[in-house]
This record gives sequence, structure tokens and C-alpha cells, in this order.
Amino acid sequence: MTRVRSFLSQPLVKWGLAGILVAFLAIVPMLAIDIPGVFPGPTYTPGTLQLLAFSMLIASLALSYHLIFGVAGLLSFGHALYFAIGAYGLGITLRHFGLELLPAIVVTFVAGLFVAAAVGALSLRVTGISFAMVTLAFAQAGSVLVRKNPGKLTGGDEGLALDTTHVPDFFIGVLQTKNLYWLCLGVLVLVFLVTSWFERSRAGHVVAATRENELRVRVIGIRPYFVKLLTFVIGGVLATLVGMAYLLLQSSATQKLVSADFTLTLLVIVVLGGVGYRWGAVIGGIVYTFLDQRLTAFASSDAVSGLPDILRVPLSQPLFILGTLFILVVLFLPGGIAGVGARLSRSRMRADEPRTVLEELT
Amino acid sequence: MSTVILLLITGLGLGALYFLVASGLSLIYGLMGVLNFAHGSFLTLGAFAGWELARRTGADNWLSFVASVLLGAVVGAVFAALTELLLIRRLYERHIEQVLVTVGLALSSVALFDGIWGTDPVYVSGPSWMGGTTDVFGASIPNNRFVLILAAVLVLLGIVLFLKYTRFGLIIRAGVENRSMVTALGIDVRRAFTVVFAIGGAAAGIGGVLAASYYGYVSSSIGGSLLIFAFIVTVIGGLGSLSGAAIAAALVAVLQQFANFYLGGTGDFVVVLLLAVVLLVRPSGLLGSKA
Repeated sequence: MTRVRSFLSQPLVKWGLAGILVAFLAIVPMLAIDIPGVFPGPTYTPGTLQLLAFSMLIASLALSYHLIFGVAGLLSFGHALYFAIGAYGLGITLRHFGLELLPAIVVTFVAGLFVAAAVGALSLRVTGISFAMVTLAFAQAGSVLVRKNPGKLTGGDEGLALDTTHVPDFFIGVLQTKNLYWLCLGVLVLVFLVTSWFERSRAGHVVAATRENELRVRVIGIRPYFVKLLTFVIGGVLATLVGMAYLLLQSSATQKLVSADFTLTLLVIVVLGGVGYRWGAVIGGIVYTFLDQRLTAFASSDAVSGLPDILRVPLSQPLFILGTLFILVVLFLPGGIAGVGARLSRSRMRADEPRTVLEELT
Repeated sequence: MSTVILLLITGLGLGALYFLVASGLSLIYGLMGVLNFAHGSFLTLGAFAGWELARRTGADNWLSFVASVLLGAVVGAVFAALTELLLIRRLYERHIEQVLVTVGLALSSVALFDGIWGTDPVYVSGPSWMGGTTDVFGASIPNNRFVLILAAVLVLLGIVLFLKYTRFGLIIRAGVENRSMVTALGIDVRRAFTVVFAIGGAAAGIGGVLAASYYGYVSSSIGGSLLIFAFIVTVIGGLGSLSGAAIAAALVAVLQQFANFYLGGTGDFVVVLLLAVVLLVRPSGLLGSKA
């Protein structure tokens, strides 16, 4: 057993397994896997592909938030802003500026980079709860901007529909959902690679050290401000990227994307999956999306509507169930889904796990 | 001139509302270091409770209005105290987890309110005087603004007196200053935690009933939208400072009203800008002692 585990934990094997998983996910649109109760239909149908693609986007977004919250330890309440910049930015450049898809993507990306750098530079001057508040305030400003609908750019309450004039044909229409699915898979892989690359880079180590003990980092002679800003900006632009894919997949952006609630949802996802675990963010995103979707279907089913009021009312609200689940995870499962997995495997091979000892010492 | 007076008093009325939410937030943060995201839910539940009572007792008399305000306070206080006892206490000294728990509570309670009272706003009416206006130097001010200001002043006075002249108040003030010292002296601060939560919840519950008459409706999102501004007020005023929260509430709301009127509805932006400026110049807020 130990031999199997140490074999599995070799880097090459790990990446090989991840590659096999991605390859499998890539051929899913060709297969007819049907899991009743989880998927709305067999995997080749557009409905299921759409849901899978959507869950992968949420997982990518959760990964980008993991970079800021899990790695850098920055409790940002404004992450939805950068996602919304991606969705709305691409929508506006396509509809109102009449750009082709590729230049529009570049323009939106630069916009996301600019806003993330500006907001990050300002809000990182304060720490802790104040930082959370400043990011929340900026996201709120973005939300107000979208709602006010200046120059009829954002569509206000009605949302902004994707203008398909300049979008290539293979991304348009229900029959092309599998192309969009591959796009979303590509986004997830890209975001995952960037995240793990950053975590292994020198900046990633410095920012993780800052999270643990900022004073020590300063004593060594490193200024944590710039690495924190770098992490914040990378997380932001990754979210912008995901936002653009979201617009292509969902064909519209609504003001829900900018709301504080959406950032809170991301927080819920990352905590549910396990703070600090890359795979946790991915699993959390996918589990959350499916739970949300299935619970919504469950809420409107006959089984619920036949219940007496005291059971029917809470069960008909997916967010109530998810919120309660979240509270329970925070109270009883610190470390989330990934934390449980890590604890299980750690207790089996405690001998070759020197890290826990080190943590106890400090 | 009359416009300026109208904006000023209306702004103070809104500021009173912000203060009712922010006072609890600030006290809770000051003593326990918990940023309470569920505070908006205390307010919303208070508002719904007040509305249910007013609806049953006939909305158009003062007795039922006062009763609904009191009921709002009690409901808010009980909800808040239960939150502290059942959720926050288990996570003693783990601040991030405490914030996360309140986030979860906010999400699930708003969903529950949606399920019970529906997602559409419920329109409320108070005593007929509340809907009328009073002439102040040529400006007709909606009467409910005066009620709001009066309520906020009473709550501020009540909290200040409580903090100054009771034993719990003494413990709370000392705890905000230096909690470990209070604990070291053999005083159980945890009872004070529950009391602070109950006070904050009561203020939020009063704010809820009054917010319903200010906006003219109750909906499950009423608390969440006020909460964000209350957060901003708390940070600008200085986390943990009650008088800071009062000053910042008035400042933010008046500024918001003026910007909305003279600068084409940019009130919310001006508030965010003010927050950014204050944090850059004085990261600890107007009257805050530590960042």
C-alpha cells in the first residue's frame, strides 16, 4: 500500500494521471455516460455538456480565487468584479465597439489587468478586515455601474446578450455546445497550470510565506507588498479570462455576476473544497455547481411540493441547503472535501510525513 | 436653500439607519474581532417581524407602530444571541472561520426568508403621520426621517449609558481595549460577547422596522443592501468605535444624498471614493485606535 502511494505521489506520475483525466474529459462529448440524478441526460446531449462546461468554469474561477484567498491569504470580497469585467468587457467590446473576437479578448484582458492592478495597489495598503471591506466596496461600485447602465452599455437589469456577429460559427448554437465544452475544459486546464506554476515559483513561495508570517518575510529583507499585488493581479486576470469564456458559454451577462453574493458564493466553494488545496477548489466548484443545479431541480419536484410547509419551505430553497451545508463544513470539517482526503491518506502513512512535525514545532 | 435642508435632514435620516446597523457591527468587531455578515439578516428578520405584528394589529396607529419596533428589537436580539451561542462561540479565536460562519448564515437565512415571505417586496404602511411631511424652513421633510433620527439618537444614548454605567458595559469597554488583560483578571468575557451580540441585534432589529417605513417595503434583500453601507461606515468611523460609527454614518449618508442630487446619482461612487481616501490617509479610520 505504501509503495503504491509513494509511486502515486511522484511528480511525473501525478502529472501523467492528470493528463489521462483531461484526455478522458476531452472525449466525454463522444461518449454516452448517463448517471441519473447527477446528469440531466447522457453526456453527449447539449444540456449535460452545458452543465459540465459551466461547472468547469466555476471550478476555474474558484481556482483563481484560491490563488488570492488560499495561497496569499487575502480575504477579498470583490473577486466577482474581475469575472464580471471579463463577461461584460467582452460583451461590450463585441457589441458596441464592433471588434473581432480575438482583438476583443485582448482589449478585455488588458482592462481586467488594469482594474486588478489599480484596485490591488490601493486596497493592499491596508490588511485584514479593512482589505476585505475595500475590495467589497470596489466590487459594489462595479455593481452600481452595471445597474446604472451608463450609455446603455451594460443593459442594466436586463443584462447584456452576446452579439454573435463577430463570433466564429463553431461557438454558436446548441449543436456546437461540444466546442464550447472543449473551450471551457481548455480554460480550466490553463488556469490550473498557471496556478500550479505560480505556486511553485519564487513569488509563490514568498507570498505563501507572507501568509504564514509577514514579519519574518520582512526581516529577511523582502517587501511582501509587490508579491501580494502580483498574486492579486494574476488571480484577477485569470478571473477575467474565465468571465470571457462564461459569456461565450452562456451567451449573456447579468448583473448577478457583479453582486457581492457571487463573491460570497466563490468563498463558499473554496472553503467547501478545502482552503489551500488546488484540487479542493476544482472539486468544490464542480460539486457546488451540481448541487446547486440538482437542488433547484429537487426543489421544484413533486416530492417537495407535497410536503407540509415546515419542510417544504426550507427544502425549496437551494441556497438555504447550501448555506447550512457550508456552516456545517466550517464547524465540523475544517479543510473541506480535500482536507478530509488529505487527512485520510496522511493517517495511513504518518511515518514519511515530516511536515506535520514541523507545523507542531512552530 | 430648502433643497439643501431637505437633503441634509433626509441624509441624516438615512445616516440614522446606517448607524443602527453599524453600531452593532462596530461593537462586535471591537470586542471580538468578528466581522458579522449575518447582521443584515438580523435586520431583515426584525423588519418582517415588525411587519407581521403591524399587519395583525392594524397598521395605522401609534401603539402598533411602537409595539412593532419593540418586537423588531426583541426578535433581532434573540436571533443575534442565538447566533453567538450556537455558531460563533464554537469557533472562539478563529476569526476567518467566524466570518465564514456568518457568511453561511447570511446566505441560508436570506434564502429562508425568500421561502417564507416570497421574493417580492411587501409594501408596508405606518401611522398616517409618518407618511406626511413637515415644513422646516421651507423644505417639506418626510416625517419618518425624524422618527429615524430620534430612534438612532435614543439607541446611541442607550448604548453609551449602558457602556458607561453598568458592570457589563465596563467589561465590554475594557474588553475592546485589551481583551486578554480582562480574561487574565478572571472575568468571563464570553458572557459579554453574547450581550454585545444581543445589543447589536436589537439595534439592527429596530433599524429593520424603521427601514421598512423609510423604504415603504420589506424584502429579504433589505438587510444585505444596507449591510454593505454599514460596513463602509464602520470602517470609515474606525472599527470598534461607537462615536466614530455615529459620525461616519451621518457623514456618509449626507454626502451620498448630496452627490445623488447634485452630481447626477453618483452617491454610491462618492461613498466608495471616500472610503478609499480615508483608508489611504488614515488606515485605522476616523476614530479607530488600531488598524
